[in-house]
Amino acid sequence: MDLCKMAVSQFREMLLARKISASELLSIHLERIERSQLNAYITLNDKAMEAAREIDRRISSGQELPPLAGIPIAVKDNISTKGLRTTCASKMLENYIPPFDAGVVEKLRSAGAVIIGKTNMDEFGMGSSSENSAFGPVRNPRDPSRSAGGSSGGSAAAVCAGEAVLALGTDTGGSVRQPSSMCGVVGIKPTYGSTSRSGLIAFASSLEQVGAIGRTVADAALLQGVISGPDPMDPTCFIKAKPKYSIQGTLSELRIGIPKELFGEGISDLTKDVVMRTLSFMERHGAKLIPLSLPELRYSVSCYYMIASAEAASNLGRYDGIRFGHASSEHSSLAELFRNSRSEGFDREVKRRILLGTYVLSAGYAEKYYRRAASMRAKICSGFETAFSKCHMIASPTATGVAFPLGIKRDDPTELYSADICTVPANLAGLPAISFPCGSGEGGLPIGIQLVGRKFAEDQLFSAASSFESLSGGYEQLITSGGD
Amino acid sequence: MAEYQSVIGLEVHAELKTASKMYCSCENKFGAPPNTLVCPVCMGYPGALPRLNKKAVELAVKAGIAMNCTIQQNSYQDRKNYFYPDLPKSYQISQSEKPLCVGGYLDILVNGEHKRIRINRIHIEEDAGKLIHDAENGITLADYNRCGVPLIEIVTEPDISSSEEAHAFLETVRSTLKALDISDCKMQEGSVRCDVNVSLKEKGSEILGTRCEMKNINSFSGAVRGIEYEIKRQLELLRSGEHIQQETRRWDDSRGVSTVMRTKENAMDYRFFPEPDLGLISLPDDLVSQIKGSMPELPGEKLFRYTEKLGLKEQEAKIIAFDKDKAELFDHCLSLERASAKTLCSLIVGEITKYLNDTGDQISDTKLTSLALAELAGDTEQGRLSSSSAKKVLNELITSGGNVKEITERLGLAQISDPEHIQKIVAEIIAQQPKSVQEFRSGKTNALNHLIGLCMKASKGRANPAMVREIAEKLIKMEE
Repeated sequence: MDLCKMAVSQFREMLLARKISASELLSIHLERIERSQLNAYITLNDKAMEAAREIDRRISSGQELPPLAGIPIAVKDNISTKGLRTTCASKMLENYIPPFDAGVVEKLRSAGAVIIGKTNMDEFGMGSSSENSAFGPVRNPRDPSRSAGGSSGGSAAAVCAGEAVLALGTDTGGSVRQPSSMCGVVGIKPTYGSTSRSGLIAFASSLEQVGAIGRTVADAALLQGVISGPDPMDPTCFIKAKPKYSIQGTLSELRIGIPKELFGEGISDLTKDVVMRTLSFMERHGAKLIPLSLPELRYSVSCYYMIASAEAASNLGRYDGIRFGHASSEHSSLAELFRNSRSEGFDREVKRRILLGTYVLSAGYAEKYYRRAASMRAKICSGFETAFSKCHMIASPTATGVAFPLGIKRDDPTELYSADICTVPANLAGLPAISFPCGSGEGGLPIGIQLVGRKFAEDQLFSAASSFESLSGGYEQLITSGGD
Repeated sequence: MAEYQSVIGLEVHAELKTASKMYCSCENKFGAPPNTLVCPVCMGYPGALPRLNKKAVELAVKAGIAMNCTIQQNSYQDRKNYFYPDLPKSYQISQSEKPLCVGGYLDILVNGEHKRIRINRIHIEEDAGKLIHDAENGITLADYNRCGVPLIEIVTEPDISSSEEAHAFLETVRSTLKALDISDCKMQEGSVRCDVNVSLKEKGSEILGTRCEMKNINSFSGAVRGIEYEIKRQLELLRSGEHIQQETRRWDDSRGVSTVMRTKENAMDYRFFPEPDLGLISLPDDLVSQIKGSMPELPGEKLFRYTEKLGLKEQEAKIIAFDKDKAELFDHCLSLERASAKTLCSLIVGEITKYLNDTGDQISDTKLTSLALAELAGDTEQGRLSSSSAKKVLNELITSGGNVKEITERLGLAQISDPEHIQKIVAEIIAQQPKSVQEFRSGKTNALNHLIGLCMKASKGRANPAMVREIAEKLIKMEE
């Protein structure tokens, strides 16, 4: 039995048939984590075994089991877990223990999930390599010399390597989809407002959502269905009722838009090629491909970094060394306590974004930067609306290429930022987007394709991705065979 | 030498009377032990999100309607970013771009003159915590109980031209907010505070001078003193040929001076932007019409009715109109049509107010009913009770209650209006005072007053004074 290849439904069957117990399932995962060199986890949950045993008691007493009963799930370390350290991979929150559970964690717990631990990431979600971590970089399970992507690199790596069955990531500008693409797993960024942000330690409030990562489309859809739905603790979670995602349907009559702006320069030829071959494959199975142009998308990266940084600078102001988080021992005045705590607690990339965000909102510059970005964002939204009058969803590569080697020097952050070209538009427009593996590129490493849908049309995305998955024989098959 | 005119604008902050805080379910209460009314939301914990208190929005809309504002069906909240240890999130949720209420006015009355003070906007925001400086141990303690308490900020146009007008405006605002149960406006608890903007312009000129803002004013008398201080300071600078620097100053009421907080060069940059954690505030369609429909007569309107229709004096009318309980008592007594407005007013402004001030009681703490007060006033007007007796009866009504006739009888205070009885008293006094009688006859009118006084004393104040005078004059003439 290879845990790495099994889906939730298979685990559930085994649990129900009592071929394995929840505590055994947890132990197998813990052993794997113990042996692992990936550094996917920052903190393991010392209460996990207790939760697994409780599920075992429920199984043995024949009680009805909730959908994720006994399934070991990893949670990104920027999602609050009551009583369990939540660091955001930052020295600032190295010892922070949240006094409350995030809305999505409450939903996980009531679905019977066993939270195995908290996954490594880029500090506060800022980065796309999971190297900006106070706890060391995450390694890619498919090539440990390479990055797992980011910022939810630990979550994607854990799912890929069988160190968890499912994982929660968070996606502010691609942070679920890009690492999913690089690790060869399925990741979803849901519609803004479909999933509670309560307890998600904010980076950029108007852009981010909690998203599911799984080894199959069905697994990701199942987890997303569990964590989505209204939460009175988050007024921006305006979804009316709890969704139930189905993954039926075929590719026939599905109109897929292909915007030329997301197949342009900066994206590796092999990646474009694999994604285009995937789309042709889908066309052969009934989908209609609609070439499109969304010129606004050329500005989406600049627009994104201004808005995200502005919100981040404000959201991260609360880390002042007074109530929680790192407090500098070196200070002789209040201003110094603030300054030193923040200088010591935040690393380079976080500081860069705070500076950028403060700048774009400051008097005399807000008009030129923040407000222009905000009006550009509105144009991007209406560009998508127009596009969706012609198609059901929009396809593109997820990332610009396969996983990159760890430790490559980057002197120019804008070069790195521009690699987010394909993922940030969905965040700016609040649209659902899924990334799933569609083939392999350089070094046999996975390549992901992204589908962006209309608001609250997660079902369509899951159905399309799942159709492709079953027609192509599943992701491991795909990656080893190198394409269609 | 140039003549200057002061130009004043106010920003009034009032805490709203809601059960819970603005963005969480913590209790909104003053005086609890430090840090006992807190939760992850108002403490700014990572991941905690604000949830808007609908009641606070309703109260703010009510204030807006009372102050003749346009209520914006859709508004939103902004973040005002700055670092301070009493502000846990490092930003205050406020409204900048699109506030709830815009463009209203409030009419004030100062020395018989009506003046309209325009209101630029009323917006909602959250209060910050409190820092307690412990000088003895050289530390500062933070109490977050007040964090997230809902506030409205009322911003005027620079239409106020004296400290007196500012005081009248503040009193009108306070009485309006209290009358509508929007805020307690308890100065001593800091539930209403204001910032003052002052500039001077040359008389007759349209060009405004450089303004200075004064913060930290927490009493109306402090506002008056602060404004007067600032006008004097600016005047002296201008007279000595200097320029006014645009700056924010801190008012120190105990020392009666203001000091510079920050100059224009290091002015705060609040980096406002729309609060992404909260959606648009969309008011229910019928909210405004509902509130308008249930709006009672406001203190400002009462003041104009009392002075113009009822002819009460401005100062006395203000004492009643600006006090919800007194106005209610007065208006109810008036509606019983037993006595005139003036008699009722003098009883309320005189004895009743004195009693309340002395004891610290509210009208509702006393046994006084409006029916009893109306009867008392009526009896006084119709000569059944002398004014000194009326005071005694009123005291009894306040402390023990009961009905006027019964108390008057029990205390033996009914006025003597029986001519025979009065004639007997007067005759006795005349017999005892031949000297005064002689003086009166020789033209000293004061002598009659002396005799009347003695008659009143002899009757223990119960004799009808008008009848005493009439009978005394008649008897003295008869004896001639």
